Amino acid sequence: MKEFIEGSHAIAEIVKLCRPGVISAYPITPQTHIVEDLAQIVADGKLKAEFVNVESEHSAASVVLGASATGVRSYTATSSQGLFLMAEVVFNIAGMRLPVVMTCANRAISAPINIWNDQQDSISLRDAGWIQFYAEDVQEAVDFHVLAYRIAEDAGMMLPVMVCMDGFILTHGIETVDIPDQATVDKFLPSYKALYKLDVDNPMTLGPLVDPDSYLETRYALHKTHEKALEFIPKVFADFGKAFGRNYNGLVEGYQLEDAERVIVAMGSVCGTIKDTIDQLRSKGKKVGLLKITTFRPFPAQAVCEALKNAKKVAIVDKSVSLGSFAPIAAEVKAAFCGKKKAPKVISSFVLGLGGRDITRESIKEIFRLLTAKELNGDFIDLKPELLKESYEQ
Amino acid sequence: MSNSLLACGHTACAGCGQALAARMVIDTAGKNTMVVNNTGCLEVFSTKFPESAWEIPWMHSLFENCAAVASGVEAGLKYLGKKDNINVIAQAGDGGTADIGLQALSGMLERGHDILYVCYDNEAYMNTGVQRSGLTPFDTNTTTSPIGAGSTGNIRPKKPMPEIAVAHGIPYVATASASLPQDIQRKVKKALSIKGPKYMQIHVPCPLGWRHESSMTLEVGKLAVETGLYPLIEYENGVLAQVRKIQPKPVEEYLKVQGRFKHLLNNPEEIRKIQAIADNNIAKYGLKA
Repeated sequence: MKEFIEGSHAIAEIVKLCRPGVISAYPITPQTHIVEDLAQIVADGKLKAEFVNVESEHSAASVVLGASATGVRSYTATSSQGLFLMAEVVFNIAGMRLPVVMTCANRAISAPINIWNDQQDSISLRDAGWIQFYAEDVQEAVDFHVLAYRIAEDAGMMLPVMVCMDGFILTHGIETVDIPDQATVDKFLPSYKALYKLDVDNPMTLGPLVDPDSYLETRYALHKTHEKALEFIPKVFADFGKAFGRNYNGLVEGYQLEDAERVIVAMGSVCGTIKDTIDQLRSKGKKVGLLKITTFRPFPAQAVCEALKNAKKVAIVDKSVSLGSFAPIAAEVKAAFCGKKKAPKVISSFVLGLGGRDITRESIKEIFRLLTAKELNGDFIDLKPELLKESYEQ
Repeated sequence: MSNSLLACGHTACAGCGQALAARMVIDTAGKNTMVVNNTGCLEVFSTKFPESAWEIPWMHSLFENCAAVASGVEAGLKYLGKKDNINVIAQAGDGGTADIGLQALSGMLERGHDILYVCYDNEAYMNTGVQRSGLTPFDTNTTTSPIGAGSTGNIRPKKPMPEIAVAHGIPYVATASASLPQDIQRKVKKALSIKGPKYMQIHVPCPLGWRHESSMTLEVGKLAVETGLYPLIEYENGVLAQVRKIQPKPVEEYLKVQGRFKHLLNNPEEIRKIQAIADNNIAKYGLKA
């Protein structure tokens, strides 16, 4: 049913429809509306679940880890510092192959403290072993949660999934969203049957000490499963299309890409602004396009190379930085083309929108303007020179 | 021993008080028990892949979060409608309890989960090589509270964990000693008969860290109780319900059998300070028979 609804409320609704048995969370802006709504949903008896209010995000992640180990579908949500406080548990959940699903309402990282959106938080945990989806709009964020559980709990995967949605822009924005009905979700997402779990009738040791004789193999297995996920994800997205009538590629999505000479590569809500800008520029005859990355982990290198093989100039847009190195998405895309015969002549990298700095169509046009034969590496867009004079340049 | 739910063949040091106490706790709890363990000696010596000494469902995640993971296990079992028939035990060493794990433990106690939390207190970080913890006693020589020209060892007394647990308003708090196995059994039975969060702290001698003979484990543990340095107490619903009465022995008898206190033996002033700690315990809890 189509509803005009705040992003967070829509996420709470879809999580309810996924029927988790344990939900645990700690409040942090801009994730709070999601878990407040879920608390109310459980309080109203609309979802049979244990809602565990914890004393920190570290414990929120630990609670869903423990609950998942009993074979119960589990959910949590966080942002920014909260994700960082969870960090070691986040790695642990993946290492223990527990199919937890978590929403990350993307937000900047301190210091200086800033509650607004960029993607530094989830990007910084890209190597934790979780599948990471980035949503362009609320509809995608909603749909990705159903997909996330279906993929996470598949016996061939057993990988946790993080659904990343830009804080405020998507969590607090109000959009028209199609919230599916329970029967359709139930049909697509059967109840969770754990491959292994804590069970007094079949005792098992989970999370043992592993020495150099075996540790390497555990990481190899995790890595190989991620490679397998690159083939599995598009299949599940295709099934989703058949069941729900909304079709996503799952890994990457092209917009006006076929004949595009200048292409932006981006993730998340900025893709909406980029698409609008492309429409404007196309009406003036400019051959510009977008490659949106939906799945950042595992990184769909082959799909990216295939999609960009005819592009002459590529601009990669990052809403996070890897201080002292290439911006994260830029580094991945450049690495993907390493050794390839057919590669764009220019791959430039731009950083923008950090800490909630507004990304306008002018910002995007500026990137297309700067995308010339000269390759740029991590140029910051929309900087205020007057502020730099006061601080850095002094 | 072969019938124990913590099977023999694990790699604990000879004379390990923690191995003795853990076996007692688990065997008393029985088969319908799930254990969540912090990182520490117990996890390391009992689960080295591909072997495991645990005959019951057992899980380890991290150093500081067993109280929170156990909260999740309990919530999962509640959701499945299985909680009434299954004991959930969270267990950790003193560092994982009183230091890095205190916040998660406090959260677990405050939220009222039906979990028995057991702290195996060997009074330092033994797994990493005898560094001081919040439960290391006053004047103990450890690798991070070493003795020297300007130091007689650890500068602070033990953190009052039982009182901290009691302050959470939980139904049952007890201390015990690996040297008194029947007392452990009784207290575990009692704890598991009560719904809600329970805290139990068991004194577990560590021959490696305390530097006593492996054969002396039970003896050393008993001396800690008999000198008043490790009072065995039970709180029910915030009230001191029972204490183990003693005929107090001088603390020197306990100190002299351990290398970690060897530096004190010619230092009557420091021994007086430790005697004062014992005397205070004796008076505070009414330990004297």
